[in-house]
Amino acid sequence: MRRTRKNPRRLTALALGAVAAVALAACGGPSTTGSGSGGGTGGGAGGTADAGGIHNPSDATGGTIRMANSGDWDSLDPADTYYAYAWNFVRLYGRSLMMFKSAPGQEGATLVPDLAESAGTPNADSTQWTYTLRQGVKFEDGTPVTSKDVKYAVERSLDKTTFPNGPTYFNDFLDLQGYTSPYQDSSPDKLGLKAIDTPDDRTIVFKLSKPFSGFDYFAQLPATIPVPQAKDTGSKYKEHVVSTGPYMFETNDLGKSFAMVRNPNWDQATDPNRKPLPDRIEVALNVNSDDIDNRLIAGDLDVQIEGSGVGPAAQGRILADQNLKASTDNALLARSWFTNVNGEVAPLDNIHCRIAVQYAVDRTGYQRAYGGATGGDIATNLMPPVIPGAEQFDLYPSAGNTGDLAKAKDELNQCGQPNGFTTGISYRAERPKEKATAEALQQSLQRVGINLEIKPYPLVDYLKLYAGKPDFAKANNLGLMVYGWGADWPDGFGFLSQIVDSRVIRDTGGNSNLSVRDPAVDALVDKAVTTGDDASRQKAWVDVDRKVMEDAYIIPGIWAKGLLYRPANLTNVFITNGFQMYDYLAMGTTRK
Amino acid sequence: MSGDKGFRVRQEGHLPVTWRPEGGLPDIPAESTARPFLDVRDLRVRFSTDDGVVKAVDGLSFSLERGSRLGIVGESGSGKSVSSLAIMGLHRQAQITGEIWLGGEQLVGADPERVRSLRGRRMAMIFQDPLSALHPYYTVGAQIVEAYRLHHPEASKKAARAHAVDLLGRVGIPQPSSRVDDHPHNFSGGMRQRAMIAMALANDPDLLIADEPTTALDVTVQAQILDLILDLQAEFDSAVMLITHDLGVVAEVADDILVMYAGRGVEYGPATEVFSAPAHPYTWGLLESVPRFDRERESRLVPIPGSPPSLLDPPSGCPFHPRCRYRGLTDGLAETERPELHDVGPGHRVACHLDDAERRRIVDEEVAAWL
Amino acid sequence: MLVYVVRRLLAAVVLLLVVTAATFAIFFLVPRLAGATPESLASRYVGRTADEATMRAIATKLGFFDPVYVQYGRFLRQLVFGADFSTGPTTVHCPAPCLGYSFLTQNPVLPDIIDRLPVTMSLAAGAAVLWLTSGVAIGVLSALRRGSVFDRAAMSVALTGVSLPIFFTGLLSLSIFSYGLGITAPGGSYTRIEDNPLLWAYDLLLPWITLAFLYSAAYARLTRAGMLDTMGEDFIRTARAKGLPERTVVVKHGLRAALTPILTLFGLDLGLLLGGAILTESTFSLPGIGKYSVDAVVNNDLPKVLGVVIVGSLFIIVANLVVDLLYAVVDPRVRTR
Repeated sequence: MRRTRKNPRRLTALALGAVAAVALAACGGPSTTGSGSGGGTGGGAGGTADAGGIHNPSDATGGTIRMANSGDWDSLDPADTYYAYAWNFVRLYGRSLMMFKSAPGQEGATLVPDLAESAGTPNADSTQWTYTLRQGVKFEDGTPVTSKDVKYAVERSLDKTTFPNGPTYFNDFLDLQGYTSPYQDSSPDKLGLKAIDTPDDRTIVFKLSKPFSGFDYFAQLPATIPVPQAKDTGSKYKEHVVSTGPYMFETNDLGKSFAMVRNPNWDQATDPNRKPLPDRIEVALNVNSDDIDNRLIAGDLDVQIEGSGVGPAAQGRILADQNLKASTDNALLARSWFTNVNGEVAPLDNIHCRIAVQYAVDRTGYQRAYGGATGGDIATNLMPPVIPGAEQFDLYPSAGNTGDLAKAKDELNQCGQPNGFTTGISYRAERPKEKATAEALQQSLQRVGINLEIKPYPLVDYLKLYAGKPDFAKANNLGLMVYGWGADWPDGFGFLSQIVDSRVIRDTGGNSNLSVRDPAVDALVDKAVTTGDDASRQKAWVDVDRKVMEDAYIIPGIWAKGLLYRPANLTNVFITNGFQMYDYLAMGTTRK
Repeated sequence: MSGDKGFRVRQEGHLPVTWRPEGGLPDIPAESTARPFLDVRDLRVRFSTDDGVVKAVDGLSFSLERGSRLGIVGESGSGKSVSSLAIMGLHRQAQITGEIWLGGEQLVGADPERVRSLRGRRMAMIFQDPLSALHPYYTVGAQIVEAYRLHHPEASKKAARAHAVDLLGRVGIPQPSSRVDDHPHNFSGGMRQRAMIAMALANDPDLLIADEPTTALDVTVQAQILDLILDLQAEFDSAVMLITHDLGVVAEVADDILVMYAGRGVEYGPATEVFSAPAHPYTWGLLESVPRFDRERESRLVPIPGSPPSLLDPPSGCPFHPRCRYRGLTDGLAETERPELHDVGPGHRVACHLDDAERRRIVDEEVAAWL
Repeated sequence: MLVYVVRRLLAAVVLLLVVTAATFAIFFLVPRLAGATPESLASRYVGRTADEATMRAIATKLGFFDPVYVQYGRFLRQLVFGADFSTGPTTVHCPAPCLGYSFLTQNPVLPDIIDRLPVTMSLAAGAAVLWLTSGVAIGVLSALRRGSVFDRAAMSVALTGVSLPIFFTGLLSLSIFSYGLGITAPGGSYTRIEDNPLLWAYDLLLPWITLAFLYSAAYARLTRAGMLDTMGEDFIRTARAKGLPERTVVVKHGLRAALTPILTLFGLDLGLLLGGAILTESTFSLPGIGKYSVDAVVNNDLPKVLGVVIVGSLFIIVANLVVDLLYAVVDPRVRTR
């Protein structure tokens, strides 16, 4: 005992400097599941290649890639998963109708047909979408995949009692006619859903209750990954998902780890999208996030699977070391941190008062709250630039982004509050960065006489009981509410629909749109949703973005970035804008 | 449960034996006829403290033969316990100088291991408070067995236990064969002290030091314990040092009396001499403060005025002078010069500046009434 | 004795009822008082696009519409009689004692806990052996050489050990020994003892040492204080007067008496740890009860939280009982009372 202690003590002194920062920063408060922030401390971006290039290109196969997740997997069941990393990873063991292309940068945000031969064919008003399945695709047990397996998979994903975590887009857009679940289905083949037709084994037709032009995005949801009805065990299916991709589960120890090996019944000939390199993929779950960072840097681990970037402690260490910094990518995420302006709280019901706030904000303070340039770029509008078609514009410009106080005062005059006013600002108590945001806003708005009373609320119930509950926000004078949002997928609908459409606001709370109430915005959303042509649709979403900014219902903060670290043994490493993290489909390793 | 425990204790009793020096029990050197069995010469014990050096024992000399009993008397802090612990070699932080001869062997400066091998075998000690002096977690038997087997490694556990039972019987504990497995807290105060005595006698020691063995006990039990010590001493033919603050106790027991004050012997002589012609004012004070049943009702107990001197900074001259009624009779010598022991009778020595005539006068006029 | 144990166990059952009821109250009563509806409670367990109907369906499935006491009664009922749960296509029976199914992952809780128990037990047992031996040894040496360089150095290290949080020492030791020198297993390593005892020990070595470092510090200080007290006792002088070698005096007479308070602390610490070494398991990513409970609390997963609360309370209650019983073994003075 004594002997083992002596040596470490000397080493301790050496390593203390490096690691002290790591461990101490670890108590800064980790973000909880769901919306891990990509922000951090320090300044300046790192990395040799920017998002878009491929590091270590290689075709060499073999080896094992080791991944770790700081939390539990949200669910391995394609019907029940809702995280970008899980959707990135699910492509290894499941083939949905469409998929995000395995390609670097912006190309990775484009959809390509996967299980389907080609993109969906809509009818005239985009209420009916038809896909034809590729020939020769099989489950891991050799059974051929048919359109009925896809239909069954979508059907079961509708059962939110059994699979509550997945997205509800099919529930919302399919013409369900009261259908709830195949488990409640009275038809003998359990395929009683009228909204999906399978005229033959290779054709599947989706019938929507309302027009939707971006249905190919729905077709890339993991819910369209075929599930063999005979193997479906409901909530236990996640224990053994039947693979259609190049890898299948070898072991699966729920909550701890799982391992994947090559699927012998996956046929390269049926799959132009994948070139699987490693022979084996091992994933450890519930691993301490600081330990993940340390192991990545030590080469003991290959991938931090959530792709949210290294923690603040490791980030400080990496940015201070040129060699480490060279192995990082500072990826722009499809995530924005912003502050809602509540039009239900006087005098912010007056648009001039809202615009005054926009002009008075020192955006550099907002960026500092998120750790400077490494944490993200200053946002001037809503949609993050990684989203295809997003445009960057600035309706409330100022020199150096520090605010235009003259214009702010002018707007205050027009609003009838020449001396400013007092209102509240809420944030999630467990998040130091949101606290810093509230304080930065308090300082900058004070310059024009707008006083903010800072009000923290518990994170878990922030949306259910506090900021996300309209009557509470109004009664408690929450004029400003610090918040943020990440896209379900990089697309105007995926990013904007849940945060600007006033029709999703519920009086009972639990809202994600905290303040945008403008019928004009809703109309623009409807227009965007039904626009068929990609370019026009992207333009329509920019119009939505612009209208919200004109209404001044949201103060844009930053477009978040994550600092991703890639160990030297990884090959074919690139950031895909589809998920704003490393692409897990293309990755290989030199470590055998 | 307790049987199990006893077994374990006896197992551990083995251990010390293996650490003994090579060659088993060292031979006891032949006793020189010239020297008394226990001979203490100019013993000094000092403790360094933050406030300075405490001279707890400051030049003490006495001797003791086998089969005889020495009573050491003095107030607390007079150095009687410190001296006995010095003889046992139980001081850990003290500077000890002078000579302690036990059976012709000098103990001061001797190899601590050698002294340890004598402890419990040739010399044993009985402490004042048997409740705290006995280990609360071990049975009485186990503690006796431990003492015995330490110095008799050849003895089997069974034999050692039989010996313990025998000892307990001899010290007057009823049903010793069952009480041997009791813990000290199951014993009454007197029984505990009997057990303590049994433990001290486990190895037939040549020297038995009893440090206030009856102070913590009921008056009725005190006499029994004293009688027991006397009986056993006669039986074992050992030398006994009886330390007490109570002259009444030693009067019945001791062959010789040593009165200590402030770390020094102030009066030393045969008990008959000391009691018939006490020579030191401090001894007089002790005699006056002894309650006696045969004394008349109206006579009062006379406490010695004042309190024992600080050993850090002892008074100049005679250390007893600040409390001495007769210091005015010494022409100021008491304040300036320290008195040395000198003969005042056959084997009777005293350290006092009072001249013989004066002393006899005072004894006759004031002290005799108490004797 | 038997009556005493039975009485204590009955008290334990009552305590468990109180603890679980309190947990229930924290999870249901408090949010409801703050204005949460059954639907908003259910919204913790659904995806973020879930609509009102979905939340209502989940709230119905999880029984949130019932009054809290009905829900609590149901919890007790399934604990005693078991319950049936729907997986979608089929219904599975969860036999008693059924701790229910996770709200979030829909896995049964009890098998999860049983699966994780060996990890926590391995961690606690190994660390306990280390910290008890090293802590007591250091404490004894410190007490015997009070004021020496060793004493002062050991006590400074002990103070450091008590003050440093485990996620600091844990991450530090991981990056030095596992990633720097490569002599210990990386975080998250665990091999079942029945699979490979050597690898089991190797994997857990660093967590053991790190955890033991924290605890042995306290034990060293406690032992030192106890030994300083005990070595001044009269019976120590008696032991020396017998002629016992110093080592016997210290170990058999001194330490034996000083061990009683250490035993008490040890029992309680071990009980607490078996209920989950939360920080150690989190730092070293060990899939034990502690890590499980953190994840459960973070995710508001009530059945899991209740499960670990029950298991943790059980361990603490049992540890208390064992300590009290052991007391009688260690200290004969207690036995006769």
